[in-house]
Amino acid sequence: MIEPAVYRELGLKDEEYQRIERLLEREPTPTELAMFSVEWSEHCGYPRSRPLLRLLPREGKFAPRVAGDAGGVEVAPGLTVLFKLESHNHPSQVEPKQGAATGVGGIIRDIFTMGARPIASLNSLRFGDLQTSLAKFLFAGVVDGIQFYGNCVGVPTVAGEVYFNRCYRGNCLVNVMCVGVVPTERIVLGRADGPGNAVMYVGSSTGRDGIGGCSVLASHEFGEDEQKRPTVQIGDPFTEKCLIEACLEALDTGAVVGMKDMGAAGLTCTTSEMAAAAGTGMDVDLALVPRREAGMEPYELMMSESQERMLLVVERGEEERVAGIFHKWDLNAVVIGRVTEDGILRVRDGGQVVAEMGAQDLASPPTYEMPVEPPAYIAEAAARDLSALPQPKDYERALLDLLASPNIASKRWVWEQYDHMVQINTVVLPGGDAAVLRLKDVAHDLSDAYLWEPRPAAIREPCPPTTPTPAIAVTTDCNSRYCYLDPYLGAQIAVAEAARNVVCTGAEPAGITDGLNFGNPEKPDRFWQFRRCVEGLAAACRAFGVPVVSGNVSFYNETPTDAIHPTPVVGMVGVIEDIERRCTMDFKRPGDRVILLGESLQELGGSEYLAVAHGLETGRPPALDLAREKAVQAACLEAIRAGLARSAHDCSEGGLAVALAESCIRGGIGAEIKLPPAQSDLRLDATLFGESQSRIILSANPRHVEEIARIAEKHGAPWAVIGETGGDRLRIESSAGAGLIALPVAEMEQAYEGAIPGLMG
Amino acid sequence: MKTFGVVVFPGSNCDQDCYHAAAHAMGARARYIWHRDTDLSGVDCVILPGGFSYGDYLRTGAVARFSPVVAAVADFARAGGLVIGICNGFQILLEAHLLPGAMRRNQNQKFICKHVHLRVEQPQTPFTGAGRAGQVLRIPIAHGEGNYYADHETLRRLRENGQIVFRYCRPDGHITLDANPNGSMDNIAGICSERRNVLGMMPHPERCSEPVLGSADGRVIFESILRNGVVS
Repeated sequence: MIEPAVYRELGLKDEEYQRIERLLEREPTPTELAMFSVEWSEHCGYPRSRPLLRLLPREGKFAPRVAGDAGGVEVAPGLTVLFKLESHNHPSQVEPKQGAATGVGGIIRDIFTMGARPIASLNSLRFGDLQTSLAKFLFAGVVDGIQFYGNCVGVPTVAGEVYFNRCYRGNCLVNVMCVGVVPTERIVLGRADGPGNAVMYVGSSTGRDGIGGCSVLASHEFGEDEQKRPTVQIGDPFTEKCLIEACLEALDTGAVVGMKDMGAAGLTCTTSEMAAAAGTGMDVDLALVPRREAGMEPYELMMSESQERMLLVVERGEEERVAGIFHKWDLNAVVIGRVTEDGILRVRDGGQVVAEMGAQDLASPPTYEMPVEPPAYIAEAAARDLSALPQPKDYERALLDLLASPNIASKRWVWEQYDHMVQINTVVLPGGDAAVLRLKDVAHDLSDAYLWEPRPAAIREPCPPTTPTPAIAVTTDCNSRYCYLDPYLGAQIAVAEAARNVVCTGAEPAGITDGLNFGNPEKPDRFWQFRRCVEGLAAACRAFGVPVVSGNVSFYNETPTDAIHPTPVVGMVGVIEDIERRCTMDFKRPGDRVILLGESLQELGGSEYLAVAHGLETGRPPALDLAREKAVQAACLEAIRAGLARSAHDCSEGGLAVALAESCIRGGIGAEIKLPPAQSDLRLDATLFGESQSRIILSANPRHVEEIARIAEKHGAPWAVIGETGGDRLRIESSAGAGLIALPVAEMEQAYEGAIPGLMG
Repeated sequence: MKTFGVVVFPGSNCDQDCYHAAAHAMGARARYIWHRDTDLSGVDCVILPGGFSYGDYLRTGAVARFSPVVAAVADFARAGGLVIGICNGFQILLEAHLLPGAMRRNQNQKFICKHVHLRVEQPQTPFTGAGRAGQVLRIPIAHGEGNYYADHETLRRLRENGQIVFRYCRPDGHITLDANPNGSMDNIAGICSERRNVLGMMPHPERCSEPVLGSADGRVIFESILRNGVVS
């Protein structure tokens, strides 16, 4: 007789328990109960989000490959780029270094489990107010965890974003993304095909770390005094590096039928989902599982989230050959069972069967339609009248304050701790709108796929590259303040901004992965935010013709006193056909014309300026006209591809003035800017710092301006020459001729580069 | 044509990069050498690449130096073959006593990845023969333990014998404290053996051997090897 307290402790509801009894036609064994509790948890089973996620489009211009642990798009004939974003929020709040490290490890596994070589990592991080010691501690710890794991595992961490807002005080967000490349025909799925084939466990031995991580940590709010430390996993990047090489070598034999990584819910997730995907069953014996602690119970083995482990399905007869490869890399490789044809997942411990259920049953958690209700604050914030706010007396001071605001300031302190160059693909380094990675493998003929084949001991003749070399641009984006004020619009803007960022490097948006971070879904106002964000994402993706190929949902990011802003992070991949046609944000030469594509409106709502100068997070976010956005992006892309744009940088937090300042600082060159004539009664602070969407700043050789104007007109994008690069200051004049800003680039650079190091020491 | 042999330890990360630089960027021949292999036949220059061999357990490079291949590389070096250790490869050469001195944690206690400038101090090595004394190269570093240390006697010998090959410098070539990213003694970024056929350097020339990567200054090192080199 199982007491309700027992299954409730595991996170199961009464109805869920009853459903389990109905499926099994009996009471579950302890092992079975544990397996259901992890597989059906919010983090693993997505019971509350799955219905809405179906809204996200899976079609697009670049052929999507959506399946399995990650998804991707075909970016060149025969070459697919796989990518996925995932969260590791709750563990990082508890133990920032290991929480972040294991997050990195986990997402990298999701990529190479599909046969792709991981070529880049990105991340999107959020913490509380950086003036507080807690936020500093978490920020330093998380960055340390990412560098500890990422640098050792040999995957460059090339891009990301970091935001600070007191709403994240009790719930930091650590979203990590990984990108990999694979010849399309070599993609491997997490399926247990072929009854009689071997089920092989490879990688680290199993311990008690992380038990209940997904069911306990990630599926509930944090209480005030929670001690959840034992449920944080420990990562070993050296083992993972060996695992990457061994797995790719093993896949090259052609004898690996399916592969899946053990992340949340470990063995339970892999066994059930691989069998369910193929419509087969599995019979495994836990006595054969390598373990690092004595006396582990079957349920512990099934729930453990020990890192750096994979489950393979290997063709019958090829077991020794495949295992030999893992042994060469000093990794465990043990056949623990067989694929069966009866659709049953049977788990033994030595002689005894400890769990037996339909694989489909276990891998099919119930879904729930959650009630929604718009929160009261939204209408209040939208109605807020900002017209009476005083303008700054000193616009220069206002700009310097923004440049030094942690949300805008240079994140060099972060990315110089990451090896962002290993694998020698990074062509546009961190610090810009997006990172750009060349796809050099394509240039060397896919059949010479030395990155996927075992390293040849035979001497190879040199192979010169063919041109052009394609490349991808990658970025993560989300302004959660906008999402707080208007979830639907904020989510659309996240997509628009990600697309705009890759366009500024010369790439065409090709695919998206998402990391959806929200509060408690059982609260109608939080679920309303979630639903509106998903709807906004879907609408924007459809408008841009970009598929959502993968993603992740993280709920319960709140404590009794704080709830996070809705934070739907967008990870975008764009395609550059010829790496030589790329663009960066720094002004290049004095005497270039500065051109504004797009239009500045009077929009202070939700801006960083409003928060920094006036201490307010209110108003409406800036409007987004999707047609206008597409026109501006198309014009920018065409100008870059034609070799006409010397630099391109989009306007985001801090508006036009900050974007100009950043291009000056990065280029080490000043500029003379005259604001275009006002449409209506413009507040100067709104023109300088307002965050109107769909704006890109280009710089160009004066003799190319006419051509750029022609391109802009052709696409219907507003354009205006607003000034010229040169000198050692950024000078900005109002359209009426009033001098607003005349700041030395050196002084702006000091504020911009010095802010984060100043706070972190 | 010269053949490069790139050693692969469990945990090496830059082996494929070195292979690419040698074979595709420089147009030379290349092969991989697994750490348990002792056969270096056909190889003119051994590359010990960067990474975290054996996870940097114990001390960085400390475990790798016991791999069978390292003994073979030591014999190869004794016979006059060329050996270049990059980053973790340099650390392994120090642990294997093929070069003198030791590596400590960066002064700021953090991993640092960025472009720096090096001055060629010693053009008379097989690795710098295509360069000239005082030449400034822009080459990136990426390490947590690049803080080179040697006792006074060793440092004196290195200086006297002209074994200091690269020093961190400002873009204009001046050797200054602010140009030193990790606290390394005497701004040392790379040294060679007494016979000059073994080189260890912390910066990564394979990361800057193609213009598209922002700097092609690393080619000087590979070109030197291809032009000069002592074949055993």
